[in-house]
Amino acid sequence: MGVEGIGARVARKEDKRFLTGKGRYTDDMSVPGMKYAVFVRSPHAHAKILKVDASAAKGMPGVIDVLDGKQLLADGIGNLICGWMIHSKDGTPMKMGAWRPLAHETVRYVGDAVAIVVADSVAEARDAAEAVVVDYQELPVVTDATKALEPGQPQLHPEAANNLIFDWELGDAAATDKAIAEAAHVTEIEIHNNRLSPNPMEPRATLGIYDNGDDHYTCYTTSQNPHVARLVMSAFYNVAPENKLRVIAPDVGGGFGSKIYIYPEEIVCLWASKRTGVPVKWTSDRTEAFLTDAHGRDHVSKVKMAFDANNRIIGLKVDTIANLGAYMSLFSSAVPTYLYATLLSGQYDIPAIHANVRTVYTNTAPVDAYRGAGRPEATYLLERTMETAARELGVSPAELRRVNFIRSFPHQTPVIMNYDAGDYEASLDAAMKAADWNGFAARKADAESRGMKRGIGMSCYIEACGIAPSAAVGSLGAGVGLWESAEVRVNAVGTIEVLTGSHSHGQGHETTFAQLVADRFGVPLDSVNIVHGDTDKVQMGMGTYGSRSGAVGMSAVVKALDKVEAKAKKIAAHLMEADESDIVIENGELKVAGTDKAVPWFQMALAAYTAHNLPAGMEPGLKEGAFYDPANFTFPAGCYICEVEVDPETGQTKIIQFVAADDFGNIINPMIVEGQVHGGLAQGIGQALLEGVHYDASGQLLTASYMDYAMPRADDLPSFQVSTSNTPCPNNPLGIKGCGEAGAIGSPPALINAITDAIGNNALTMPATPQKVWAAAQAAN
Amino acid sequence: MYETQYHRASSVQDAVKQMEAAGEGKYVAGGMTLIPTMKQRLAAPSDLIDLRHIGEMQGITVSGRSVRIGAATTHHDVASSAALKAVCPALCSLAGHIGDPHVRHMGTIGGSIANNDPAADYPAAMLALGATIVTNRREIAADDFFTGLFETALEGSEIVTAITFDAPAQAAYQKFANPASRYAMAGVFVARRDDGDVRVAVTGAGANGVFRHGDMEAALVANWSPDALSNVSIDASELLSDIHADAAYRANLVKVMAKRAVAAA
Repeated sequence: MGVEGIGARVARKEDKRFLTGKGRYTDDMSVPGMKYAVFVRSPHAHAKILKVDASAAKGMPGVIDVLDGKQLLADGIGNLICGWMIHSKDGTPMKMGAWRPLAHETVRYVGDAVAIVVADSVAEARDAAEAVVVDYQELPVVTDATKALEPGQPQLHPEAANNLIFDWELGDAAATDKAIAEAAHVTEIEIHNNRLSPNPMEPRATLGIYDNGDDHYTCYTTSQNPHVARLVMSAFYNVAPENKLRVIAPDVGGGFGSKIYIYPEEIVCLWASKRTGVPVKWTSDRTEAFLTDAHGRDHVSKVKMAFDANNRIIGLKVDTIANLGAYMSLFSSAVPTYLYATLLSGQYDIPAIHANVRTVYTNTAPVDAYRGAGRPEATYLLERTMETAARELGVSPAELRRVNFIRSFPHQTPVIMNYDAGDYEASLDAAMKAADWNGFAARKADAESRGMKRGIGMSCYIEACGIAPSAAVGSLGAGVGLWESAEVRVNAVGTIEVLTGSHSHGQGHETTFAQLVADRFGVPLDSVNIVHGDTDKVQMGMGTYGSRSGAVGMSAVVKALDKVEAKAKKIAAHLMEADESDIVIENGELKVAGTDKAVPWFQMALAAYTAHNLPAGMEPGLKEGAFYDPANFTFPAGCYICEVEVDPETGQTKIIQFVAADDFGNIINPMIVEGQVHGGLAQGIGQALLEGVHYDASGQLLTASYMDYAMPRADDLPSFQVSTSNTPCPNNPLGIKGCGEAGAIGSPPALINAITDAIGNNALTMPATPQKVWAAAQAAN
Repeated sequence: MYETQYHRASSVQDAVKQMEAAGEGKYVAGGMTLIPTMKQRLAAPSDLIDLRHIGEMQGITVSGRSVRIGAATTHHDVASSAALKAVCPALCSLAGHIGDPHVRHMGTIGGSIANNDPAADYPAAMLALGATIVTNRREIAADDFFTGLFETALEGSEIVTAITFDAPAQAAYQKFANPASRYAMAGVFVARRDDGDVRVAVTGAGANGVFRHGDMEAALVANWSPDALSNVSIDASELLSDIHADAAYRANLVKVMAKRAVAAA
């Protein structure tokens, strides 16, 4: 590795821009004639729309126009769709109810968009939006998924009887039931995974520009995957054909999954731009973000884990109800199925697993992927069950895990996944050592003397990144392929542009992708630029989510670099009259091995473009592209240990230490990886301790601001102890596994296991607020 | 936010004049509650009359144990006043734990008590210190000033200009913060005077706003120690319940915070 190559702790190139306020986000974009949009949203969780009267609003100062759902329908704009088909176990397809970008018949959650107001200023648009009179006939409401399945409850979509979207299963029910029947011990537990609001620092925004000269649309948007946005808006929403629609996702301030999806606002602003003849910009305020950004998680599961007399797991049965909200968001069906149940084997050799998942409509915001997407749900369920089992069996939680670890690879689980590499015991040992696990008893005694209850908990997680291969996900119902693309352009002066189909919204791609190039050619990091986020500049790509940019996106870059390197060597060999196989690239020079002959990198590049002296038959230029479709998921894993003190008088939990020992495969930039782990831990701790979306019985969102939705703050968090012990991934050229979500996946169960250990009561749900912890501690006494 | 007219009052008299001339005017004295409420379009005053820059409402005067704090004094200035700290450090500590640095440099003591948010910290201090609320028209005992949720004895264009109190022998404030807003879910201010009189005031918990707790006061008059509160019962039926804390938990917090305040005093 060089000082700027693979493995180097290079400071992030993009941070100067971000930290000095020079980032360019969607809301920073301004074009001549641009006007501002405000959406009229439903104040009711469920109602019929009898009439939309915008006559008064249209006459208000500054108002360009007010457009409603009937006009949108008349113009042929399509329904929002879910792009992953799941079939119920009876063979019937999932019941996808109509989601109109602007509702014209029925609203199904508070915040459902009904009309768009376009005006000269945001304030005028807001004034006019208040003057739009919508005549609603209120309908009964259901917000709880378990309740929504019961007979006689309010029905959201005519397609979905009893609000059931699908009733899906994975694994062998008979074998699992047999294992449970024959078990020496069965641990049973009900697991709740709380509903979360994604809260990216930058709220969603979009700018729709219609050019009637070319009949062409441009959409600036806060997207994690602009090409997918263009594809979906063209193929399904009938906004414009792909060649007439440019989607640009400029700097994006965090996504966490919530900016994967195409929301009504992008579609409606593009359409409204054509309708009104002016560019239309909309920027979400924070309340709208709480109301309308796709939420995460919201599962209730019943779990049975069966053990033999040697404490080996012989079966796992899971019955999950997942709340998908009022409509099926873009990947909502995949999250509680193939991104969840396929991870239920965890790090353990479990011969029989059966999972049943029912997904349900309710009068709440749509639910989709949120940092981890399915894997946190599986990990929380599994690791709380393991901890509970250890307590019931009277064995140490570490020993119970050790006894059950998978130890040889590849390992085929009973739930589709084939784990390629790992060393779970190495992470467990590293975490226990870092946490001084063996010294805990003394620390607990000391805490006791101060009137505090101290607890320790662990979590051994596995996750799956770089969802793939395309043919496999296609056979499971995915509507898209999950490969990635790259193009490497060497300019005539030797500087290099890498065009990637992945998208950075906080991950540091401008640095890490450049490190790959610096490492390969020995050129300065500063001579490499990463281009992404614009469908007119970059070839089709699939974007960034599921920790795929390293494992999949970088692999595509490597393939393109291979091609560039081969051609560069040919040119250099020709220039030096040497044999191509003798050329080595070092420190920005192409050298003839074993001699002092060398051509500087820039000179080779210039030769490629002057084309005065190229090998016979060679095309001029130096630019190569590649598509990479992985052979398998990657499987990051690790062990997290959390130690807490609970104040029994108030239920306040203080995290004393948090240890994360991860296996991410090979690492490009350890500093960025640590940053990703820190951020993931903060989000996981937020879920476990603080965050929770609450709707009241009428479907009003009670947590619609930071006054009531508790985000983790710096003083809620300890100084993390992070380390890695890595087994390279054998399935991609760099041996990368991915690190973007691990922190959020592995941390909640470690923290809850620590608290339940401290208070001696396992009946605790997330978020473990002081009130809940206090009540649980009282109940334990 | 709806359109509004901003006026920076130069004196108390000027402020009253501006208010009486306004259609639907509202005083602002920091605006830490009012401005966010306006941004949400939940309040729409035609005119905002800013009291924060009125000279006669600034500053802290300590004479012996007698304290006067101008109503436009910021939380930061209260928190960092050496003169006040010498006689009543509990009030400095309270002010130093309101909100965050931005809030403490904008929010004022007069604004806080005139707003009487049921989770605000200052009202508990005013009650427990037996403070007098000085307005441009009269002096009102704190016991008579706080009349309910966001309700006070203030009338029409009346302005709180200062608060006064005699520093107690011992005092402390302990609050348990809401995990989201970090306002008090239960905050208890205790104050004991040389003659043995004790006042205990509770904020953040009462269904009807800030209140004094007679049983805790009596128990502490008899025995000034945290243990004296162990057998006092806190009636949960008069406390708030919300998604963060139900009344039973708040009742527990009130007692725990009261004990800790006595221990810290």
